[in-house]
Formats: sequence, C-alpha cells, structure tokens
Amino acid sequence: MESSASVLCKSSVSVQCIRKANMKKSLLFPDFTVTRDPDKCIQCEVCVRQCAFDAHSFDKEANKIETDNSKCVSCLRCATMCPTGAITVSEHQQNIKKNKNWTEKQLKELYKQSETGGILLTGMGTDKDYKIIWDHILLDAAQVTNPSIDPLREPMELRTYLGAKPDRIEFRVQSSEFRGQNKKLRTTNYELQTKLPPQLKLETPILFSAMSYGAISLNTMRALARAADECGIFYNTGEGGLPKELYKYGKNTIVQVASGRFGVDSDYLDVAAAVEIKVGQGAKPGIGGHLPGEKVTEEISQTRMIPTGTDALSPAPHHDIYSIEDLSQLIYSIKEATGYKKPLSVKVAAVHNIAAIASGIVRAGADIVAIDGLRGGTGAAPTRIRDNVGIPIELAISAVDSRLREEGIRNRASIIAAGGFRNSADVVKAIALGADAVYIGTAALVAMGCHLCQKCYTGKCNWGIATQDPYLVKRLNPEIAARRLVNLIKAWSHEIKEIMGGMGINAVESLRGNRLRLRGFDLHENELKILDIKPAGESM
Amino acid sequence: MIINSQNLTHKKLNEKIRSAVKSGINRIELKNVNGQRYIASGLKADVNIKIYGTAGNDLGSFMSGPEINVFGNAQDCVANTMDAGKIVVHGSVGDILGYGMRGGKVFIKDDAGYRAGIHIKSYKEMVPVIVIGGSVHDFFAEYMAGGIIILLGLDRNKKIAGNFIGTGMHGGTIYIRGKVETYQLGKEVSTVKFEETDNELIKKYLAEFCSSFNLDYRKIATQKFTKLKALHHRPYGTIYAY
Repeated sequence: MESSASVLCKSSVSVQCIRKANMKKSLLFPDFTVTRDPDKCIQCEVCVRQCAFDAHSFDKEANKIETDNSKCVSCLRCATMCPTGAITVSEHQQNIKKNKNWTEKQLKELYKQSETGGILLTGMGTDKDYKIIWDHILLDAAQVTNPSIDPLREPMELRTYLGAKPDRIEFRVQSSEFRGQNKKLRTTNYELQTKLPPQLKLETPILFSAMSYGAISLNTMRALARAADECGIFYNTGEGGLPKELYKYGKNTIVQVASGRFGVDSDYLDVAAAVEIKVGQGAKPGIGGHLPGEKVTEEISQTRMIPTGTDALSPAPHHDIYSIEDLSQLIYSIKEATGYKKPLSVKVAAVHNIAAIASGIVRAGADIVAIDGLRGGTGAAPTRIRDNVGIPIELAISAVDSRLREEGIRNRASIIAAGGFRNSADVVKAIALGADAVYIGTAALVAMGCHLCQKCYTGKCNWGIATQDPYLVKRLNPEIAARRLVNLIKAWSHEIKEIMGGMGINAVESLRGNRLRLRGFDLHENELKILDIKPAGESM
Repeated sequence: MIINSQNLTHKKLNEKIRSAVKSGINRIELKNVNGQRYIASGLKADVNIKIYGTAGNDLGSFMSGPEINVFGNAQDCVANTMDAGKIVVHGSVGDILGYGMRGGKVFIKDDAGYRAGIHIKSYKEMVPVIVIGGSVHDFFAEYMAGGIIILLGLDRNKKIAGNFIGTGMHGGTIYIRGKVETYQLGKEVSTVKFEETDNELIKKYLAEFCSSFNLDYRKIATQKFTKLKALHHRPYGTIYAY
C-alpha cells in the first residue's frame, strides 16, 4: 500500500509545490495561546476590533470568532476589554525539549532570523534575567538610639533642585535695631550675593523620562505634560520635537537635542525649562535612534521635517561631537542660544567607563548629567544591543557620584538616574547611592496602561500609547492617563516620605549620597566596593 | 553700529549683539573677529550682521532670521540647526556645514570640509538651501532628509567632492555642476534625470549666489549639472526582522 506522500512524489510538479510551500512554512510556533470560554463569549466582536495585530477575526461562514494564536503578542487588550471576561491569554505550551542552553527563546530567534535575514528588533527595557542589584540593597531604619519621624504629622521635604550649585555662596548681612514695646529689638537680614546658576525645581525627586513624539502618541504626551504640571515635576520630549499645543506646559518641559536634530528650533529651545543633549540611552548604548517608517505619519513628518513613511534616522554619534571639547561646544552653543537661563542636561548610557565620561560631561559645562542604565526602555532597539550592552544603573550611580566627589566637582552638576525604576524603594536607594533624582519611563507607561508586550516598534500598540494610528491613539484618554500618572507620583512620594521618616530623615537632601544607610545583602565583595556600601550585618 | 570684537569673549560679544538688536538696531558690523564661537547663536531677529575676520565654530547655530555676511572664513558647524535667515561666507568653511538645517540659505564662496549639509531636512515651505562655490570633502550631504544643496566646483584644479556622497540620504536633492564618478556616491543615492524645473531652480539660486559674490553668472551656468536623489524612501527599511 502506498502512502500519500509517495504518491505526491511521483509528480515533479507537486514536489516543487511542496518545496515551495515548505520554504514558506514558518518554523515559528506561537508565543501565546488565547482561550475563549464558549459559555461566556457573546460573539460581540470587541476583541476583533481591539486587536491591531489581527489575532481575532470573525468568520462569516462559520458565524464565529476565530483566533490566530501566532499573531497574539499578549498585550492583554482583548482580555481586558472583553465585557464578559471570556478571554484568557496564557503562555503557549509546546513541548519543546528542555534545554538550558538552547532555550525556546533562542530557537525562536534563530527561526525568525533564518526566515527574514533581519536584525531582531524589540521594545521596552531588557527582559533578560540579570541580577537586580536594587533587590540586594537593604535600607536602614531608626531604632532607640535615634528617633524615627512620623511623616503624616511632621514636615518632610522632598523638594529637589536640579542644576549646578556654586562652589561657595556669599551673603550680605545687615543688622538693624528698632524699639519694641519695652525693649530694643534686633533683626538681621541675609541677602544672597552669589548669582545662582539656573535650577529646575521639583516637588518630588522624580521626572518622566524622555519619550519622543513619534515613539509615543500625542495623547500620551498630553498625559505626561499634564501630570508633570500638576505634580510640579518635569517630563521630557525625547528627540521628536514638541507639538505646538504642548507649549503651554513649557515650564514643566525638558526638550531634547539629539543627533537627528528633529524639531529643534528657537521656539522649542525658548519654551522649555531645560534642554537635554541626548548622547545615548540605556536600551541602546552606541546605537542611534531609529523611528520605523510605519510610525512616521503626516504629523510626525511635520514636527521632524522628514518625508512621511521614511525611517527617522538619528545617527549614533552627533557628527559635531567627537570629543569632550566638542560636547562643550554644543553645550555652550545651546547656552548661548538660550541666554544662559536654563540648566543644560547631557544624557548618556551607563557604559563601562561611565565615571570618567560623567566627569568629562561636567567639565564640559553640563548642569545635569542624566545616566540611563542597562534596563532603560526604548520604543525600538536591536534586541542584541538592548540585552547585552551597558551596565546596571545601581553601579553607575555610585561610580559617578564617587568620582565627581573625588574630583571635587560634584556640586557642579546634578545627577539624574534612569533605567528600570520599578517602585519608590528603588528611588530611595538610588538617591542614597548619590543620585539627585530619577527618570521613570516604563513605570509611567505601565501606569497609563502599558502591558509590556514589547511591540512598540510595530506602531500597533493596542493601548494607544506607542502608536500613531489615529484609531488606536484615541484609546488613550489623556485626562484619565494624566490622573493615573498623578496618582502614581503621589503614591511614590508618600512612600518615599514613609521610608525617610523611618530612617529618621526629614529632607531628601539628607538622604542624598547617604550610603551609610544602605546595606548589601548577597552581593559580591567587588559589587559592595563599587557601590561603596557595607554588607548587611556590619554596623556603622 | 560697529562692534570691535578684539579681546571680547564669545559671551560678551553675543551680549553686545543681543542688546543692540533689542534696542532696535538692524545693521551691525563686527570688526576684528578672531574665531569667536556661537556668533548670533539662537538669534531671532531681522538684522543684518557683517563679520570681518574669521568667524568661529557654530556661527548662526539655531538662528532664526538674521542675514550674516562673513568677509573672511568661518570654522566648523556654520548654520548648525539653523531655522531661517541667510549666511554668506566670502571664503571657506570647516566641517559639518549646516548640520540639521531646517530653513534659510547658506552661500559659501569657496570650499567646505567634511560632512557638509549633513542631516538637512525640510517640510513644505521650509526648504533650506546650501550653495557651495568650491569643493567639499567626504560624506557630503550625509543623512540628507530634505532641502537643496548645490555644489559648483568653481576651482577646476581641485576634485569637486570626496567619497560617500549622500550616504544615508532619504530625501531632498543634490545638484553638482559637472560630473562625479559612481564610486564617489554613497550606496543610497543615484543620478537621476535632469528636468526643466531643475533648470529653473538652479538658475534662481545660482543668480542669487553670483550676485552675492560678484561672479559672472553666464560663465558658471554654461556647464551641465548632475542631479542626485535618494534611491529609496527607506534605505534601512529591510534590515530588520519584525
């Protein structure tokens, strides 16, 4: 008896067909399985409309909703919006032979590359299983010998000023006597004589990290701007320019100047509270920005001044910066253009030589050094770069802070740390290690609805955040999103106060660089040395 | 108004320019300029500035509106991210001319260095124009996303351009008087057919260029131009796996 396969082989035409089909047949299998509870599903097609990846479709002939698992990215939009809760998304169970070296992820990436010949792209910060140092740092609390403070009833100071601080300050002291009711009284007036460099005033030591118009939608920017305004903090435009309608939030805006110079004109520099030169970012150190053409719509084309549908290229180097001296030139070019009225920040990725780099940046004239660590997010980055380049922000903060102190120039610039801050405890630890404030990006996006599916680069964000598709953009209500962001900042600020109160500290100034109040747990000796903290159990 | 720039720091010099502009002066002459950087940086005004000497790096960066004439040479980064206005240099300029330029005109009588016209961009009526009378080095018009660059090569004893012309280009137009070899072009650009509208465009800017420097328009206009455009809308669109 002949098998069907050998029958086919007798016809050369069929064999060709099979070969052709085999070439097209993908070896990839789905990442996720979408389960629909037939008892709960009411065939309302909400899921069909919600999925920009077309995982759900309505089959007219069969009169039912079909799901293509291979298209699901697990953004959970359908599961969240389903009115009857009929949809569950779970990891796809394929019994691929267990192998610690050749994992399912590795295999899938190999299949994908052998089928496309392309560089793997991804979004958000690295999901690789690196040790998270934050989780190995423990905070101190006051017991018996020094009192803790109750933040609910006593004043706690989170206000933070970012910018260069003078080496010394001079006052003019004026005393005057006047007659009180029964006796002579004396008053003394202190007048600051030193002209202070420009400062950014933050009500809490948190800023929204740079996310560009193009990578994120206008509604997302609106939400960030409103929330920054309401919280007395700042958001950062990223390198994609600033839509005119957001100029009214200028006093809460940090604008970026990157190598692509997108949207940089004199109005843009004028309206901002501070200007940031973007040299690098934690998700892709050494790699330029690359906004995929799918996201370059008419509006993006207008702000970036490039043709619609082209990739917005921000080359890795600024071609006018090949040295610290050149960086200084751009810093002063911007300072001249803005009349020395705004603090100037330089953002770099945390790389091996970060301490020396930061020192150079400060000496070049920057008022703020922003450092983005290994876990920093992105709208699009090559996977290999995101997952393998840079150093954790924890080590970078202390390396930079120590170096600037050693050189006696720590006061000349503030440090903003960035790259994967997940909660208020991370923020407190970062400040105690030496940062002045932190940038949060991913946490802010999650607050607005992001589910970390890492597909930002496709432009199909079902949550209306990282997309320019008008149908998807309107899903994010900027007012609701702003409210959620304000809640997040408020909650974290309260928590920071609680933690500080417990330590017996009533001002964030006293927490800054206070490494004595940190202890390392389960950290290598070298890590403790770089962090400059003692191991848990060792006393003051 | 005349400002003697001798021994003035860039900060002082710019302060003087700004306060002059603020008081309504619309003609300023800077004498003895000796490499001061950032002249007219970020200046947003309708003012005519004449510079005698050598203008330093970042001349007219982020500038919006002024017309600057340099009677001498200028250094690197002339017209960095310039928005509007005009810069005319009666000499040569250094590297990275017109980085990220968004609008306005830049006329260079003689040569420009490496990466001239890098990343210049345009949107609708905002079309920056760069005309260079002499020659340029490598990476001319790199990452060009819009606008017009005209290269004349008036000194025929010099090679008109280096290699990697238009590398990463994805918009805008380059006109080169005479010919360049294929090996000189970046892999993202190619020579395209010259059309009647191109002639009109070149004529317009060439006439303005010649009158700026008292050059004989008829002599320059006789030679044919090569027109270069980006081959692809998305030069790197296919290198990624989605």
